[in-house]
Formats: sequence, C-alpha cells, structure tokens
Amino acid sequence: MSGFRLSRGGRIDRAKRLAFEWDGSQHYGYQGDTLASALLANGERILGRSFKYHRPRGVMSAGVEESGALVHLWRGARRIPNAKATQVELIQGLEAFGQNAWPNVRIDVGAVNSLMGRFFGAGFYYKTFMGVLGRQTWEWMFFEKIIRRAAGMGSASKEPDPDHYEIVNDHCDVAVIGSGPAGLAAAETAAQAGLDVVLIEQDFALGGSLLSNVADTVEGDTVEDWQAGRLAGLSSKGGRVWNRTTAFGLYDHGVVGCLERVTDHMVDPHHAIPRERMRILRARRVIMATGALERPIAFGDNDRPGVMLGHAVRTYAERFGVAAGRRIVYAACNDEAYDDAASVAEKGLEVTLLDPREVVPDHLAAMADEAGVRLLKGYVPVEAHGRRGVTGLMIGRHLGGGKARSEREIGCDTIAVSGGWNPAVHLLSHRGVRPVWSDRHLAFLPGDAGREPIHVAGSAAGVPDTEGAALSGRAVAEAALRALGKGGAKSRKAPAACPAGETQPIYEVRVKAPKLKSFVDPQNDVTADDVRLAEREGYVSVEHLKRYTTLGMSTDQGKIGNVIGMALMAEATGKTIPETGTTTFRPPYTPISMGAVAGTERGTHWRPTRRTPMHAAHEKLGGKFVDAGAWKRSWYYPKTGENLTTASMREARIVRDTVGMVDVSTLGKIQVQGPDAAEFLNRVYSNAFAKLPVGKARYGLMLRVDGVVFDDGTTWRLSETEFFMTTTTANAGPVMLHLANLLQTWWPDLRVHISSVSDHWGGVAVAGPKARDVLMDAFEGIDFADQAFPFMGVREGMLKVAGGGTVPARVARLSFSGERAWEVFCPADYCPAMWETLLRKVQAAGGVPYGLEALDILRVEKGHVTARELDGRTTATDCALGGMESKKKSYIGSVLKEREHLTRRDRPTLVGLRPVTEGEQMKAGSILCAQGEVVGDGLGWVSSIADSPVMGERIGLGFVRGGLTQWDGKTILAESPVDGKSVEVKVVSPHFFDPDGGRMHG
Amino acid sequence: MIRIDCPFCGLRDHSEFTYEGDATVQYPALDAPMEDWYEAVFLRENPRGPHREFWRHVGGCGSFLEVVRDTVTHEITEVKLAHPGMAAATGKAAAKTTEKATGGSE
Repeated sequence: MSGFRLSRGGRIDRAKRLAFEWDGSQHYGYQGDTLASALLANGERILGRSFKYHRPRGVMSAGVEESGALVHLWRGARRIPNAKATQVELIQGLEAFGQNAWPNVRIDVGAVNSLMGRFFGAGFYYKTFMGVLGRQTWEWMFFEKIIRRAAGMGSASKEPDPDHYEIVNDHCDVAVIGSGPAGLAAAETAAQAGLDVVLIEQDFALGGSLLSNVADTVEGDTVEDWQAGRLAGLSSKGGRVWNRTTAFGLYDHGVVGCLERVTDHMVDPHHAIPRERMRILRARRVIMATGALERPIAFGDNDRPGVMLGHAVRTYAERFGVAAGRRIVYAACNDEAYDDAASVAEKGLEVTLLDPREVVPDHLAAMADEAGVRLLKGYVPVEAHGRRGVTGLMIGRHLGGGKARSEREIGCDTIAVSGGWNPAVHLLSHRGVRPVWSDRHLAFLPGDAGREPIHVAGSAAGVPDTEGAALSGRAVAEAALRALGKGGAKSRKAPAACPAGETQPIYEVRVKAPKLKSFVDPQNDVTADDVRLAEREGYVSVEHLKRYTTLGMSTDQGKIGNVIGMALMAEATGKTIPETGTTTFRPPYTPISMGAVAGTERGTHWRPTRRTPMHAAHEKLGGKFVDAGAWKRSWYYPKTGENLTTASMREARIVRDTVGMVDVSTLGKIQVQGPDAAEFLNRVYSNAFAKLPVGKARYGLMLRVDGVVFDDGTTWRLSETEFFMTTTTANAGPVMLHLANLLQTWWPDLRVHISSVSDHWGGVAVAGPKARDVLMDAFEGIDFADQAFPFMGVREGMLKVAGGGTVPARVARLSFSGERAWEVFCPADYCPAMWETLLRKVQAAGGVPYGLEALDILRVEKGHVTARELDGRTTATDCALGGMESKKKSYIGSVLKEREHLTRRDRPTLVGLRPVTEGEQMKAGSILCAQGEVVGDGLGWVSSIADSPVMGERIGLGFVRGGLTQWDGKTILAESPVDGKSVEVKVVSPHFFDPDGGRMHG
Repeated sequence: MIRIDCPFCGLRDHSEFTYEGDATVQYPALDAPMEDWYEAVFLRENPRGPHREFWRHVGGCGSFLEVVRDTVTHEITEVKLAHPGMAAATGKAAAKTTEKATGGSE
C-alpha cells in the first residue's frame, strides 16, 4: 500500500463514486478516473506480471506508453487482454483482472522463470531449443509450445465477439491530431479561416498536457478560459471534436486511420450502437500535435512496482488527485523534472530530487527549495529495493556518463524517473519520414515531411513549453492554410524547436558491482545486458536488435525503450545515436481490435451472396445448392432417400431418356454492340467470327495474350451490330475486364460498346430427346421445327407464361449435354415465370429439373471441357480444340501459342479414362502414371470424373503426355496422392457417348 | 491508401480501382513477330520513381485511366482517360469549364 487519494484536487467528480472490481474484490473510484488512477488510489501496487520473467509490475505511466499495468477486462466472450489500465476509462461495474499469472499477479508460480533469468537472455530460446536440443523440427515444435505457454501476455477469448463494429468514411480539410495547447490552437485557427476541421483526441478528456496543470495561463488567459475559448472558436465554425478516438495511422494522400471507442465508457449501451468505430478520414492537410513521451533511465531493478515516469506521478496528482506514494524520489537527468517534482511536493508529499550535475542552475535550485523538494546534487539512481514494491533506492555518486559509485540507500515508496522527452513522431514515421536526432533535445525530432501534406506542432515538433506550443499550433495551421490556397495576409512563423531545459545524456546507470538488472523495455523484459549481448553476437543494426531481443515489440512499439536501446547500442559500437539509426514505426500507434478492422464485413457479410433469379423456385423443389465463387448454384434435387450421387445420376439419365431443365443464369453475359463488333470478336476469339450470320450462335474459344486458353462460351449474333456473348461462370468478371482493356487501351479506334448484362438476363437450358416437344408451343413467333431452327440457330420471341401474358426471350439451339437442347434467356425479373412455365411442360413430358452435378455428368460423357480442363495451363491443342483455331487470321494469343514449349508433342493432352476393373472409382486430381512408374508428377492427371448412368461406371477426363496417339486403349495408373490408392484405368477417346453428335444435331 | 482523381468521377479511394499494368508497354500488331510479342508480354521494367500505369475505376465509371505514380512516394502527378478519344473529349470539357470560371472577356 503506498498510493492514496489526495483530499482535494484533480479533474475528477468526487460526487460520482464508481464501484469496480479488481481481481474479484470491490474497489471504488470516481468519474474521471482511469482504471490505473483508481487502482493507485486504492493502494494496489502489483497489477501485472512481466512477459518472460513474470516479475511483478505496477503502474509505470499515465498514458499510451504503459508497460506495466496490462490487464484483462471483462469476462467470457467480451474478455479484452492486454488493456493498458492507464487508458481504460473507469465506469461503474468495470471488471478487471491481472493477467499472465497463476494463481494471480500477487503470488505467481511462473515467477520461477526470474530465478533462471541468466538463462533467458536474448536469443536463449533459439540457441537452446533449436541449436542444442531441437535438432529435429518436431523437437523445436514441442519445446516451442511449452515456451509459448510460459512466456506471453494476456489471452483473448476464443468465443465469437458478441459486439459489433462499423467503418465510417469521412472527409475534412484539416485533421488535427492531439488536443493539447498546440492542437487546440491549430484547430481553432484553421476553423476560423473557414476550413472544415476535425480535432482528434485519444483521451476521453481534452487538453493533453494542460490536464496535468503544466501552466497557469496560456496566451494571457487562465487555462480553463483559454481551452474553452479555443473549443468555442472551433465549434462555432462547425469544427468537429472526436475524443476517445485514436489516430492510429497515417496513410498515403492524407488518409488518417482513426479508431473511436464508442461504448466502452457506457455502463449499459444500446445494442444497436457499435462498440468501436473505424473512421477512415481523408484530410487535405494533417496537423500532428501529438505531444511527447517521457523516457525512463535504465538502472537496477527499475521495473519494481513503484518505479514510474516522473511526469506520470505529477499527472496522477494534478489530474486525478492521486498520490502515487508518500515518499517520492525523482531520479531525473533533465530540467523539466524540477517542475514536476515541485508540483508533487506542493501536494504535501515528501519529495527528493536527484540531479546528476554537481552544479545546478540557480533558478532550478530555487524552484526546488521553494517547493520543499530536497535536492541531491551529483546523484543518480543505482538500484531499486523491494521485491514486491519499492521500499528504498540505492543512490550513487555520478562519475560521468552514467557511471556511478554506490553510496547509500534512501527510503522511499515511489521512484519517479525522467530520462528526457521523446517527441511522438510515430505517425510521421508511418509515412516513411525518418526522424532526425537533435543533440539539444537528446531526442529524435520529426524529419522534413517533404511533399506529404503533414505539419507538426508543439512538443511533437520539439517545442515543449505551453506558450511556444500554442504559437506553434497557430503558425502550423497558417502553413496548412497557405498549402490549401487560403493564405492570410499575415502569418506567423513557427517557433524553432527548442528544448525547455537541459537534458543530460544519461540512458543507463552502471556501477562496478553488483551486477544490475536494468530494464530498457520492461514490457518485453529486455535488459541493458540483452542489448550488449546482441551487439556481441553481431546484431548491431537497429532492426536486427529489435528482432533479436524483441526490444520495442508488442503493444509498446518502441515508445518506452527505443532511444535507450539505441543509445546503448551506439555506445557498444562506438558510434553516435544518429549513426546507429532509427527504427521505423509502423501503424497502428496503439493496438486496435480486429473487430474494428473487419467492421460489418463478417460472417455472411464478408462477401455478397449471389442467387440466381430462380433461386426461390429451386428451394421450393427441395433443391440443394453448392457454392461456386459467390454464387449459390442449384446442385441436385434429391427425392426421399437419395444422396448427391443417386439423385444426380437419376437426373442425368432422365435428360438422356426424355428431357430436363437446368438453371444456367450464372453464366457471364456481355452485350457487344457497334459497327465494329464483329471485327472485335474476330480478334478476340481464336475461331472465326467475322462472317457469323445474324441469327446464328458460335462456340468461341478465347486465349490469353500468352497463348494459353482463357475462356470459352457461345456468342450469339442478334443483328449486324449486336452480339450476346456468354462466358463461363467463373470468368464473367475477368472476360469483361479483358474486353474493356482491349477496347480502351489497345484498339480505341474500334467502334464497339460492351456492357455486362449478367444480372439482367437469367436462363435455363432445356435438354433431351423431348426438348422440342416441350418448347414447341411455348413461344410466340418461334418455330422449333428442325429446318426452321437448326443447330446453333438463334431466335428472339415471346414466351407464353403459364396463366397468361408473354415475356421477351432469347433462344439458341446449343448443347452442352449432347442432347437436342435449347438455351432460353429472359430478363431476370421474368425468370421465375419462365421457370414455372417451362417446368410444368418438362414435367408433363416426364422430365425433371437437374442441377450442376447432373450437368457435369452429361458434359463429361460428351468430353466437353470446363474450367477443370481450361485451368490456365492448357492450350487449345491440349484440350483437343486445336482444330477450331483459325489458321487464316491473327487473334489474341495466336503468336505466343506457337512458343516452343506450348507446341511440344509430349505435352499432356485430353483423353477419356475408364476403369479396367468393373466398379473401381478413380478420383479427380489423381496423378496418371505408367504402371510401375509411380514417381513425381507422372505422365498427367485426372481433371474430371463422373458417375455415368449411360456408361454404367465412373468415367473420367484427364491429360496424359502423348495423349490418345500414344495411349489409346492402353492401361495406365490413376494414383491418388491423398490416400495413396491407385486405380487401373484404360485410356479412351474423351467422347464417351454419341461421339458423332447425332443426338444434338438430329 | 492512395487516392486517384478520376476525370469522370472525381477524387476516389484506391479501393475503387484495380491496377491494370504498365502503360508504357506497346502491344504489337496481332501478326507481329514472336520476339515483339515476347517482349511486350514478358519483359517489364521495374522503375523506382515516376511510372506510367493503367488503373481501372472498376467501382466507378469502369474507365481505364493512365496514371503517373511515383513508385516510391505514391505521389500521383497525372491522371487521364486511357482511351485517347475520351481523354481528348474530357480534356476539352475541362478547358471549357476553366474559361467559364475565369469569366472570359468575350
């Protein structure tokens, strides 16, 4: 117990007491508290356990850089791991738990790891478990599992997230990130000039550093009046203020990724309100007023509960009315810490300040004296004492450069550390702008933003004093105005980067003995020795250092330890810090939940579900569906007791015996119009289209530019200048893109217009010996007699709908099944009527509806190809379609299809496959091998299979080197690489059924 | 996320567009020799800096655009319709608007 609530002060509402739960016991805080401030006020010290060593940890900071108080929130499906208690707004009923510990953070069995600390240095896992023990992959995998369990952070719930999230698109002229003095001044200035401004603040309270009472006045006003004035000036011009919103990333062209925490601070939010909202903000200019983060100093056991950042101790006192302890030692190496120490001392707490300098400027000494701060000149912190919380500090005489001689222990319960300030340049780094080292600040300042539409103001730009920051905000806003062509008559010059005082270059305190465990990055348990070890082993690049030691990884992302790590590496390698490098910060600035990234695109909303216009009719018939891309395609219509195989075989047999109808609406459909349409198609297809007569359709084969088959389909000539093209289901989009590309970039002179009409027309194929009987009287104006409507004929007419009325239809005599067949298309909205009308006639003729599975059986029996064969690797010749390709014209792919490897005689070509032994079933995807030569990828593969009713067995299509010429009638092995079983198959012609086509032509 | 100023639709997000390849490639005539086709289809430069490329506004007007984009900074310095006739037509339209805006003295 060391922290407590001060009797007065703080920006909390003491009238609103909030009950919350910490590790099962009830505590109280106030409105305006964070979880961290409330826990500190309740005297809780050990709030977490560290990543590797399970060392007890407490609150270290008051903001996003928190590395100690990482906790679980809530239970069950809503459990949130790794929440930084310093960022969690306290609400009535909040439930929080310690994590990464068993049975709890105060008594953690895993702490034995810390006894073996010397074995757990950087790279230990890899060296031991991969190098010494884990010589086999399985050994490494075995050890890794155990290691992962012992080390780590919180654990996420495995249940589905019960909350929902949304993504919102937004725009503004100027986005101001951060609502401290610089941000407030910038936002108001830009808004007053008539620009659309958004002010973004990650905290629930506005004000940034002003919340910690760093100044009494700003620009001559009291802080309260000044802040209210700026906000009034912003809102009067329509400026928006987004608090509880983190600008987590800057992206190209002024895009700001923002995450708004919408309901986490509400006790009982309405279920319709999303928990979080991702705001994708497109800003014409961005002003970063992101402030600066204090960095610690590495010294012995500087991770003990009670060791905190110096300014954080002040923030708890000023903003939350919480004393972190009663006896506080400020261990600082910069002038700004004097003001923090004085502020804390004025709350009536006992404060000692260590300054490494023997001689301290008079005004600082006077400030300490006036506030009652005991000043110890020439001292640095050596080692914190107290395993479960600070009980004292060994201090040492500073010998220079961080080296010290231990002198004595002073009693204290809190050590407030300040090693200097790092401007929060992270967002600029997202844009690839490297920060620049400043010897005056002993920190990285933002680099030149170049052509990025980004300005940096306030302490983020190295202007830390409140007046300077406000001026900097105004000046930068005026620069943004000028960039947007709104430059005013007079504009201020931004104040030059200037530190608020001196900072001594002390990053780590070292003594001759004892050996200290000094943490550089407490969140990842990286010590100063780990950094030196990395250097000795050759990981001297900052990027290698990070990966070898995990310095700056995880939720911290280099906020705490980055500069210290670099300073130690610089020292070890004898270089300067800028020579050592900078790391690249990447988005997100602070963790964001995956739910917010997904937004509403989850479950079935991840992508659209496409249903054909006849979907409801298939459902009514008890039809089953199969997913084909985004489509739900009708698959088969089982009768009682039937499964996929028996139902589809029955359907296929009935098509061959009488008639069937199938929904083919998923085919891509493209209307090709214009005086040059025929010429265009003649260049696009490998077979001739220029002379296709009106009223005729033709099967067309399209190649890619490299000569490989792209797609096939039929194209119908409706008039001299109008064609109706169909594509395969899967290639509807790619073919449209291909054609658009050709017309817009290759042949802009062609007078052709294309439109995708895939969704506008739906269609069915009616196939079977009785198809003509079914269709004969179904239409007005179409004669189905053989002479009047020959094979490949195209007619337009009106379908007479059951119950009266007609609907327009396009009909072509085409056959994929090998039967006498017609494809009938009509506008999508009329499709249910078409389906119902034709189904009645089909059923009256003894026929049935059939699905994709039967369609596949019928086409395999005919040796017709689909995407299984046209798989992006095969040529037309490979698929036995080479004869179709025109030799008289040039077309897309006609040159490169003649490449040497595409014309080799030993390429695998299309064949039919039948089992040698009755009843044996080859599998699709099997590798075809010569008997006794089951090696590698064999001689080819099985591309499609079908349980064929007319053949009475499972047949297949496949590709074999040498094709029919070499293998006709011979036996080959179909070896399944999945189960290792092989089936003897005979190579035959791919045209199993009715090879001369008498049934479809007759 | 880069943003592209479509001559038809205005400034839109990258998610509305698809990249459609190098616009500096000149595809040869359909009956050109194999070497020409080989070069056009398989050989590509990979420049660092400004690059002329095609983008299609697939989530908008469907147009192919010719865009000059810096491959390092993503800065976009030129956007026009890929179809030369369309580019000329929209170019003229833009010029007319400008005249009106400046209130031409005639």
